[in-house]
Amino acid sequence: MQADLQQIAAKLRGLALEAIFAGGSGHPGGSLSLGEIMAALYFEAANINEKDPKDPKRDRVVLSKGHACPILYAALCLKGFITKEQLLSLRHTDSFLQGHPDMKGTPGVDMSTGSLGQGISAACGIAMGAKLKKEDFHVYAILGDGELDEGQVWEALMFAAHYKLDNLTVIVDHNGLQIDGPNSEVMDLANLKARFDAFGLNTIEIDGNNLNEVRQSLALAREVKGKPTLILANTVKGKGVSFMENQVGWHGKAPSREDLDKALAELGV
Amino acid sequence: MKANRQAFGEALVELYKSKPNIVSLDADLAAATYSAVFKKEHPEAFIDCGIAEQNMMTVAAGLSTVGLIPFVSTFAVFASLRAGEQFRNSICYPHLNVKVVGTHAGIECGADGATHQALEDIALMRTIPGTVVLAPADAYATRALVFAMADHVGPCYMRVGRDKVEEIYDAGTKFTIGGSHCLRKGNKAAILAAGDRVQSALEAADILEKEGIKVSVYDMYSIKPLDENAVKEAAECGLIVTVEDHQKVGGLGSAVCECVCRNKPCKVVTMGMESFGRSGPSSELFKLYGLDGASIAAIVKSNL
Repeated sequence: MQADLQQIAAKLRGLALEAIFAGGSGHPGGSLSLGEIMAALYFEAANINEKDPKDPKRDRVVLSKGHACPILYAALCLKGFITKEQLLSLRHTDSFLQGHPDMKGTPGVDMSTGSLGQGISAACGIAMGAKLKKEDFHVYAILGDGELDEGQVWEALMFAAHYKLDNLTVIVDHNGLQIDGPNSEVMDLANLKARFDAFGLNTIEIDGNNLNEVRQSLALAREVKGKPTLILANTVKGKGVSFMENQVGWHGKAPSREDLDKALAELGV
Repeated sequence: MKANRQAFGEALVELYKSKPNIVSLDADLAAATYSAVFKKEHPEAFIDCGIAEQNMMTVAAGLSTVGLIPFVSTFAVFASLRAGEQFRNSICYPHLNVKVVGTHAGIECGADGATHQALEDIALMRTIPGTVVLAPADAYATRALVFAMADHVGPCYMRVGRDKVEEIYDAGTKFTIGGSHCLRKGNKAAILAAGDRVQSALEAADILEKEGIKVSVYDMYSIKPLDENAVKEAAECGLIVTVEDHQKVGGLGSAVCECVCRNKPCKVVTMGMESFGRSGPSSELFKLYGLDGASIAAIVKSNL
């Protein structure tokens, strides 16, 4: 399973880059950092019905860092919700694959996101709704670290802890870089684990590019009762492609044909 | 006499009997918005979000995706401006089934002053694709429109005031999204008003009638969609005066002008705010800013 998921992570990275290349724009850095997380989530941890993206019993995944949608679309493609041809229509005028996730247009997208800080609140609402309706599905919210600058994230975390949303798992993709540079220069995010702990969350800090740690933390998150779990996933932006790793310039830039070929060769896909 | 915000809270309790999938959300203003009435009856379906309107608005978006019908209430200024982007991107863009009720709208909210007087909410909510924007004039209208919003699938915004208002309607009067009511029929001019300014429009009509000037009065409680047939009918007399407790830019007056220009050009005089408000009793503020019955009557006369 571990080897299969590692292979899926590489495939997701490759598909995300192919989509960004075909679209002519998009966000490679923050898509690649999520490779292991998306593989473990979509192909192990989350209950997703391959036959019905709208299955009311399914677990929900809210990509709060909506700009990383190429890797979400890649997962939906491997799940069979969209075709490879559709994946490669990313950001085209006649495509249902928007530059940021659109739940109305794209099968398998559980929440429209893109305006940072909002997906986490929506995930809280979905988790709260599950509690009110006595449904036992789980809700996952994936946030970026730059996104933590948004005050709304902290409003949402207070809400999640206050209402003991143990059916919610928040994953923070902490790759250390945001558009204008390192977090430490743009808006310092020191002592993140302590901050999350202080907010009353069950915080698990992991190497988010270590598949084993990702799988274990996702499994633990579903067992903890009485409080939401936050997985602080330390990752590498651009992970898996040597010339994109830790390069802020690859936050929102499409690869050239040559870049893409080199990247796919490195990924082995 | 009853405040429309109170009618809103009571309507939610009544609505729950037929729609147990409604959920009420508030941001530490439940006592003021009267969602506390619902909270008392149905604490299991009430969510206090604390003083965090942006989170509240987006939590509502999430709740609606599992088939619940959230009613979000807070002061209109926070609902529309502070959480306006959340309303646009997380609710309206995916066309989710969320109802937002903004209370203490307009200078009518009085003593709290300019920071708390929403004067741009109609304009903001109206420009977003797929929205419904409502401004009821009395308690019966408020109740009926709470029910109408619950039956409508999609994002809705309703603004109500703080003060107690006179009853204009009978309990059985029908209100529909996209509707209006013609309350007086005259041939010299037509006053088109929304919210509590309908009451002042009626006062203006009384003043004018005493001087032998018969005017029509329309309650345009559905600002979006607008009852275009009513506007065309009103335009027959050649002079429309719009009145609202809102900026002149972008509100009912603008909506009426757009409709008139498209269909049946006639003179339209818009009455509303052109500045921020200030603290004071609402009756004095309406006089000060020229939105009371006497001011409306004077504007009609000077434009005949």
